[in-house]
Amino acid sequence: MSSVATLQGAGVHDAHHEHHHHETFITKYVFSQDHKMIARQFLITGIIWAIIGGFFSVIFRLQLGYPESTFPWLEDLLGHWAKGGKLQPEFYYALVTMHGTILVFFVLTAGLSGTFANFLIPLQIGARDMASPMLNMLSYWFFFLASIIMFSSLFVQTGPASGGWTVYPPLSALGDASSGSKIGMDLWLVSMAMFIVSSLLGGLNYITTILNMRTKGMSMTRLPLTIWALFFTAVLGVLSFPVLLSGAILLLFDRNLGTSFFLSDIVIAGKILPNEGGSPILFQHLFWFLGHPEVYIILLPAMGMSSEILATNARKPIFGYMAMVGSMFAIAILAFLVWAHHMFVTGLNPFLGSFFVLLTLLIAVPSAIKVFNWLTTLWRGNIRFTPGMLFAIGFVSMFISGGLTGIFLGNSALDLHLHDTYFVVAHFHIVMGVASFFGMFAGVYHWFPKMFGRHLNNTMAYIHFWISIVGAYLIFWPMHYEGLAGMPRRYYDYSNWESFKMFGGLNQFISLVAMVVFAAQLLFVFNFFYSIFKGRRVTSTNPWGSNTLEWTTPIKPGHGNWPGEIPEVYRGAYDYAKDGKEFIPQNVPVGDDETTHG
Amino acid sequence: MKEFLLIALGVLVFAVIFQIAKASEYVSVMKGEENTRKQNNKINAFLLMGLLVFGLIGAWYCNDLYYGKTLFPQGSASVEGEQIDTMLWITIAVTGLVFVVTQVLLFWFAYKYQESDNRKAFYFSHSTKLELIWTTIPAIVLAVLVVFGLKAWFKITGDPPKNAIVVEVTGHQFAWEFRYTGPDKILGRKDYRLTKGVNSLGVDFNDPASLDDIHVSGTMHIPVGVPVKMVINSQDVIHSVGIPHFRMKMDAVPGIPTTQWFTPKYTTAEMKTRTGNPNFTFEISCDQMCGAGHFSMRGVIIVETMEEYKKWLSEQKAEYFSVFPEKAPATADTTAPKKAVAAL
Repeated sequence: MSSVATLQGAGVHDAHHEHHHHETFITKYVFSQDHKMIARQFLITGIIWAIIGGFFSVIFRLQLGYPESTFPWLEDLLGHWAKGGKLQPEFYYALVTMHGTILVFFVLTAGLSGTFANFLIPLQIGARDMASPMLNMLSYWFFFLASIIMFSSLFVQTGPASGGWTVYPPLSALGDASSGSKIGMDLWLVSMAMFIVSSLLGGLNYITTILNMRTKGMSMTRLPLTIWALFFTAVLGVLSFPVLLSGAILLLFDRNLGTSFFLSDIVIAGKILPNEGGSPILFQHLFWFLGHPEVYIILLPAMGMSSEILATNARKPIFGYMAMVGSMFAIAILAFLVWAHHMFVTGLNPFLGSFFVLLTLLIAVPSAIKVFNWLTTLWRGNIRFTPGMLFAIGFVSMFISGGLTGIFLGNSALDLHLHDTYFVVAHFHIVMGVASFFGMFAGVYHWFPKMFGRHLNNTMAYIHFWISIVGAYLIFWPMHYEGLAGMPRRYYDYSNWESFKMFGGLNQFISLVAMVVFAAQLLFVFNFFYSIFKGRRVTSTNPWGSNTLEWTTPIKPGHGNWPGEIPEVYRGAYDYAKDGKEFIPQNVPVGDDETTHG
Repeated sequence: MKEFLLIALGVLVFAVIFQIAKASEYVSVMKGEENTRKQNNKINAFLLMGLLVFGLIGAWYCNDLYYGKTLFPQGSASVEGEQIDTMLWITIAVTGLVFVVTQVLLFWFAYKYQESDNRKAFYFSHSTKLELIWTTIPAIVLAVLVVFGLKAWFKITGDPPKNAIVVEVTGHQFAWEFRYTGPDKILGRKDYRLTKGVNSLGVDFNDPASLDDIHVSGTMHIPVGVPVKMVINSQDVIHSVGIPHFRMKMDAVPGIPTTQWFTPKYTTAEMKTRTGNPNFTFEISCDQMCGAGHFSMRGVIIVETMEEYKKWLSEQKAEYFSVFPEKAPATADTTAPKKAVAAL
């Protein structure tokens, strides 16, 4: 298979030479089929979405921190949604909903997988490009279309979707239930449908490429862990996103064609609805059958990249390569079998619930293996704290903190108390929000030199890291206490609640820190765009002394990646500190006197 | 004006950071990039250690500030909730230990094994023995947590004792309604298609069982020490009955009734003394996003002694008479509408 891949690769290579001179601005930067350019497109679109989604959180944190105050500039910005400088509840919920949707799907799915799967898969497995560059290009443009539709929904008169990112019907199905459930919700669903198409086109391509286009010698067990992680991510996406697509289509039918898939026994705004026999819980099953794997779609790439960056900068092999692959495989399988742990309090059969408790807590085992393996990777290393490395260490810290609270929530008895409180908000923000963002930042800092041929500014990078990690803990750690007091999430104002109003001061503190952390992210964005044009030029092809194949390409690889032959691979990706050598790249043949370990 | 100044200040801070960042690049070129890198490495290793130390102190300080505001100090207000508290403590102990050990190792390793010219990284690619150890131990610990958790779960979600009082809880945008059985201990049938005007819950008054049912809005009265079974449903979108003091929560789903039961341990008056808060109230929060008024969907539970509860109940009028006021008896005997109906 590998030799066939090489032949195919050579074919692409020749074609590339013929095409090279015809490249126009449009084919190079807009409708590009080069996986590296598509990766940059995903990354930059993701960054723009992250700024929007992050800014939304700043606005609604303003309301949570200062429920009594008015901000006249909000009215200038949002018009009637902030009458008299006071954010209206309808729009508060719209902001919360869009914050979730944008960050989960547009940033941490498309922005993360889209960027790094596109960028790293061909470069690290030794391929000229993706299996289908055309589908790859379409994948980006469907994402772009989804983005346009979602963005335009922000401007419709009745406001964007406001039923939470989980869009549970009947709230999301009935325009009478909430103004965000009018046209804004249709746009949300159509946009998600486009998004899912994009994700499927991408995912199929990633899987095909990894399975068929590895260079000679690159057996599956020699793949860098990033590629394994991206592979499992793609498999999860391809198997679970279509289920959400079906849910979205059925919901569109319920909204517009009078069907009753999710509706029954409803009286709203004084009207008795004719819908009978549907079940709102059915939607939750369809949603979470994607929704839970989605958590791992977000997390696995971060795990893979952090593993790679930890090993490279500790100058040590990743500890327990096979265990790392095995535990990712276990996580991927279990990801499909735990979705109903989001539904313990829906009236789910308790006996059925018990299976989901067991399977959910089982995920802690592969997660524990990964954590201990990361720790052992650092042990007796010779660690360089590049910005990427700091974020990778931050990722491990966040993954531990957020992962452990999953043990609370996965236990159904405890979930009775903690479900839909700030404990949940703290848990998932730490484990899939902050941890994945840290993984993504680690990736951006580590591969920026390969992407743009320049370095990011280190001082700004370090400031970015330190504000982010300290800020993230200051924001989310105290939220656990609010959750233990039963404080519900998605509330616009707590001041009328005897049970929750004592957290007013804390909410204010959290809001202030959130604003500082947001500003630090803007610093990163500035650093990113500034360095693309003005950053220090990369002078060596392998600035980190890394083993993987992307560092065997020229500093600015063209379409086709390697000017000559694709290098052949003779070893795994983690031969650091072996036989007294600091690192041995994958394309270096095994020497006669080299020791073999196990 | 204030906003403008704030923005100006923000831009200024950015500009300063940017200038410093740019200057540091020139400095590093002058001093030699390798030297700068080594210096940065030392600073960051030190900061990571600092993060660990201040992080652990901060976690302790945070606990000091907010532990008193969680529900632990006042204890569970329901008998069943005590199992949940016990489970919480066990889980906190287990995860707390793992948290401290792994975070300390992570940052300590990072600090201790920072790059140094005198050290070579140690080639250590795997060890089946170690990996087996840290697969087995978490598996055993988790099995224990699962067993304890499921024991509590089955107890709490199991059938309520026979003497349980039944209260029907109905959510709608954005308030709670409660229906009591009346003397016959049976809730009358409902049909959402009958919802009209005063009959806001759609009760079917052709069912004799519904004639003595009592409907109250906003506040639920229950006696202390007796199991209460809530039959929960919703009229419009999904809501959730969140009663954190009792450690309970159950969704209200249109078309699919759910149930939950608990035994209140303390009366509202007792809780006022326990918490030292004269305004203490058992509140029902809606815990499932239900629309623009979600945050204001507040209900109140008053837990009282059996005598108080019976007295309160006897003062309530059957819903039948609010729906059909012309059939209300002239006398105050409102608790036995069957007699009144039979007399018609």
